[in-house]
Amino acid sequence: MTANGQESGVSARLKETSGHRPTVALFVTCLVDLFRPSVGFASIKLLEDAGCRVVVPSNQTCCGQPAYNSGDRQDTRAIARQVIETFEGYDYVVAPSGSCGSTLKKHYPELFADDPVWADRATQFSAKVHELVSFLTDVMGVTAVDAKLATTVTYHDSCSGLRELGVREQPRKLLRSVEGLTIKELPEADVCCGFGGTFCVKYPDVSNAIVGKKAKHVESTGAEILLAGDLGCLMNMDGKLKREKIGVEVRHVAEVLAGMTDKPPIGGKL
Amino acid sequence: MQITSQTFKANTVKALADVDLQRALRHVEKGFIGKRQKAADALPEFEALRDSAMAIKQHTLKHLDLYIDAYVEKVEASGGKVHFAEDADHARRIFLDIARRRKAKTVTKGKTMISEEIGLNKFLEQNGITPVETDLGEYIIQLRDEHPSHIIAPAVHINRDQVEADFRKFHVDLDPERDLTKPETLLSEARQILRQKYGEADIGVTGANFLIAETGTSVIVTNEGNGDLTQLLGKCHVVLASLEKIVPTLEDTAQILRVLARSATGQEMSVYTTLSTGPKRAEDRDGPEEYHVILLDNGRSNMLGTEFEDMLRCIRCGACMNHCPVYHAVGGHSYGWVYPGPMGAVLTPSLIGVDKAGHLPNASTFCGRCEAVCPMRIPLPKMMRHWREKEFESHLQPTAARFGLGVWAFFARRPKLYRSAVSFAMPALKLLGGRKRRLRSLPLAGGWTKWRDLPAPEGRTFMQAYAQSGHADGGRS
Repeated sequence: MTANGQESGVSARLKETSGHRPTVALFVTCLVDLFRPSVGFASIKLLEDAGCRVVVPSNQTCCGQPAYNSGDRQDTRAIARQVIETFEGYDYVVAPSGSCGSTLKKHYPELFADDPVWADRATQFSAKVHELVSFLTDVMGVTAVDAKLATTVTYHDSCSGLRELGVREQPRKLLRSVEGLTIKELPEADVCCGFGGTFCVKYPDVSNAIVGKKAKHVESTGAEILLAGDLGCLMNMDGKLKREKIGVEVRHVAEVLAGMTDKPPIGGKL
Repeated sequence: MQITSQTFKANTVKALADVDLQRALRHVEKGFIGKRQKAADALPEFEALRDSAMAIKQHTLKHLDLYIDAYVEKVEASGGKVHFAEDADHARRIFLDIARRRKAKTVTKGKTMISEEIGLNKFLEQNGITPVETDLGEYIIQLRDEHPSHIIAPAVHINRDQVEADFRKFHVDLDPERDLTKPETLLSEARQILRQKYGEADIGVTGANFLIAETGTSVIVTNEGNGDLTQLLGKCHVVLASLEKIVPTLEDTAQILRVLARSATGQEMSVYTTLSTGPKRAEDRDGPEEYHVILLDNGRSNMLGTEFEDMLRCIRCGACMNHCPVYHAVGGHSYGWVYPGPMGAVLTPSLIGVDKAGHLPNASTFCGRCEAVCPMRIPLPKMMRHWREKEFESHLQPTAARFGLGVWAFFARRPKLYRSAVSFAMPALKLLGGRKRRLRSLPLAGGWTKWRDLPAPEGRTFMQAYAQSGHADGGRS
């Protein structure tokens, strides 16, 4: 079931020292799949370095959030059942996103709460689901990553990861272990960036006001790179920074933690 | 009041372009949040108190009929009267009956959102009765002929210099050379004007933060003391309250009070917490001759037993709007009716209909900050989603959005078809992005590209790249 015959040095060492290697099914998320495959590969590297076997089930598209947040429960349930069926057999399910992770972990059980067949199944499935960075630190006990990057970064806390899954210290902790990296705290890092899924296209003017404030805060840090753990927020913030001609690069936190920053940043450079 | 929730989008465009409003809104962001956090941090049992406050309200709502009966009995035993008002019109008629019987000319008013909900001021004016708002914020709003934009800080959308201009315009009997540069001077001027009104009033109207079933007492919290003067110096005290204000006991009230002010303004307690039970008794030196409670339903009882029941736990602290990025951006008037922010986005559709207020539960990023600070732990985003479900079921959303969602869901449910569709689309989109790796505009994506660029995709999808890099298929399809 391994995804890859080759193993990195760290995971090989871990395999020698501990007998069990949990199998992690990667929930790629639709935005990473479509827009930023690099984040998927960075996730695989981080998970393998942490001693996991990584599997990428091909029968996946999206967590269903666009339907769920548009009030379409029927389609959401259909998508959720598909996700559960595809992923429930693995030790863990990991997503490089707090938002999608939270949908799988917190909202699927709610979605099936009154379904006699699926309620238990959704709950058991949800217990296996984790957001990537918090999985590395909290489940796999990772305290440092093998990465170098001599630059200054700032970090935005995406809402679902922060408030629904408690992801806050974990990415900062691992970022501190990146050699050469300086972290400048973002003012109001815990305030929404204004993405909100379909919100940003349904109410573009309001969304713009919110992301406009965020862009100013990002600029005020003087950081070279803006990081976050959710591609939706990253694309929103990048789009605004570029439109405002603010030359901060934007990347998913996994890219930096995996030492995979050779690809151009999200939305290119200014 | 006229409902403008239907034009929420247009309201927000106007609000975003309003320089004075934008300046005022910065105070909401800067002021309330830090104060609440400090107050919460200073009280070790704050989180436990939230649980206990929530449990009290949950219990009360489950047995609301019994507690209302008990409350009415106690109010009547203390010499007061409770009037049930089914809707706004009914409440106004009840009020007018009382006012006519008492030949009322002037009505002083403490802060009450129910008065806004039933449009009392305009109605009184139409009937030849003068309403006088005595809360400073409400007074300013009344001078300006506006509506509150916040449930606890009604004039939060107005800047100090605007208030100064209003006072100079309306208080023409005062020295035009007087110094009004400090907020305190504005407050003392308003106080000076209002002091004369209390004693002249035929009726004093207040809202209620709590109605206590155990004692038949109504409770208000204020910072200016205007509520006390309103209800004591008027000859007749009328309490306007909605039925979910009922709590079982005094002890319960004390529990909830401990989270109310902390969540609202970061105070441990509001400056005044005033309890009133019935009219003046024979042995009392002063107090109102009559005591009435107009208990408003206006759609609330329909929420009981539904997915919206939790909303009735709300104690109107305003923490949700104080922490809401959408409220910070567009202010309270954009929401188009009495209750703004996240609590308004849930309550307004319940009270005036989701057909009129459909935008409100959609105009949220679901960032969850409101739920995180709600002292009553009301799952506001979840209930906004419930409203979206109702809209979806009744086909209230725009056809294009619904069609787009349908197409997307069709593919999302069919991974193989989805793969082949996106494996063509993404490389094409990458090409459009060109060397800059981003797009300034894209057909059908105007909502995105109006204000921001769209980062171009890398090209091949992850699933394509992963398969092509020689990885085994882990799928079980």
